[in-house]
Amino acid sequence: MADVKALTAGLEGVVRRRLGAEGVGGLARVSAGATQEIWRFQMIGGGAEVPLILRRAPGGERVSPTAVGLENEAALIEAAAAAGVPVPPVRHVLQPDDGLGRGFIMGFVEGETLGGRIARGEAFAQTRTFLARQCGEILARIHAMDPTPFPQLRRSSPAELVAQYGEIYRATAWPRPVFDLALRWLSDRCPPPPAVPRLVHGDFRNGNLMVGPDGVRAVLDWEIAHVSDPMEDLGWICVGSWRFGVDDKPVGGFGRREDLWAGYEAAGGAPVRREHALWWEVFGSLRWGIMCSGMAGTFRTVDPNVERAVIARRASETEIDLMRLLAA
Amino acid sequence: MQDEPKPDEILAAVARFLREVAAPATTGHLSFNLKVAANALEMSRRQLELDPPAAEAEAARLRELLGQDGDLAQLNAELSLRLAAGALDLATPGVAEHLWATTLAKLAVDQPTYWGYRAALAELPQE
Repeated sequence: MADVKALTAGLEGVVRRRLGAEGVGGLARVSAGATQEIWRFQMIGGGAEVPLILRRAPGGERVSPTAVGLENEAALIEAAAAAGVPVPPVRHVLQPDDGLGRGFIMGFVEGETLGGRIARGEAFAQTRTFLARQCGEILARIHAMDPTPFPQLRRSSPAELVAQYGEIYRATAWPRPVFDLALRWLSDRCPPPPAVPRLVHGDFRNGNLMVGPDGVRAVLDWEIAHVSDPMEDLGWICVGSWRFGVDDKPVGGFGRREDLWAGYEAAGGAPVRREHALWWEVFGSLRWGIMCSGMAGTFRTVDPNVERAVIARRASETEIDLMRLLAA
Repeated sequence: MQDEPKPDEILAAVARFLREVAAPATTGHLSFNLKVAANALEMSRRQLELDPPAAEAEAARLRELLGQDGDLAQLNAELSLRLAAGALDLATPGVAEHLWATTLAKLAVDQPTYWGYRAALAELPQE
């Protein structure tokens, strides 16, 4: 693939100039994410090979309007590291004269990200006994981060988020009565704007956590971080779509809500009220459902990839989750 | 009259080929995408089989619930409007039953293995 050849040549230059290495090898695409390219490669130097990850805007330049931008994402990851959050080390943020577009190079962290293995695999049976609590502790550290160095992050109150996702849903022009029911339920019970808005990760869930037997080794995918009610993150990780079949472990299919909340409070997070957390879990299910259903339009217009069609049809799984939350 | 085999039989055979022959013969992204393609075909086959009677029952429930006529898209748009306005809600007789039946019918096509669907089937009172 010409793509791989050109990128290898570009990366050779970057690691020589910026990281004092001699070359690169084994460049391979890890994921064809819609908003980011993720590549794995070996940095070669001094007789050793160091595995690294390149996260890059698709084609180097296309930047999603809803994402924070790759330079900001790298800065967020560095700030998170300073706050004691496990993250991959950022090695280099691409500069215009690197000629590779926008993105950054980070260390490769060994572990498992596949949600089903973390939720059900025998190798993680012991890990699952403390993982939910540990996630609560990590979220408390994220929410203690100072958002002021990141003025570009979107700031939204709960009511604004409900209105924003309501608009996205209505723009699809496809009636989904269960979504209307949920939007109405959320509006009727909407919490006030948080007294202290916090930096939230925005996509903290099973699937975005690099997990080893010792627990969470790195929190990944900071591209939709924003400033909001901190309970948003605590609800999102409980959404049914990331339980991987383990219904009685609402936290990512690996733990109990009570353990998540206890870890959060013990590490300095604000006290959790059950109905407040439930509101955010309902919001999270609806948000994921609206994100899925939006794939139908993208599939028809700009990217007729079969995977998009299948994700679009996952919207109905959030409808059954919402029915179980609201009408059971 | 078109000849046999029928579309549902052909879709099932192509899905089986993708999943059992093509996917194991490849690796990485290509193998993954072949399984996604097999899933998409199986979903389409289920829709051909299950949707006609389910859509008819859904429309009948909606006409009863809303007291008006129209095609399925119009009826659903009207239900959406009334739920959004709060004119109908889960306390309205028939609304919860209708939404449950409709959602279960969607899952039977989209993802009959989804754990939440399985759990809902187990929890619901048997008719």
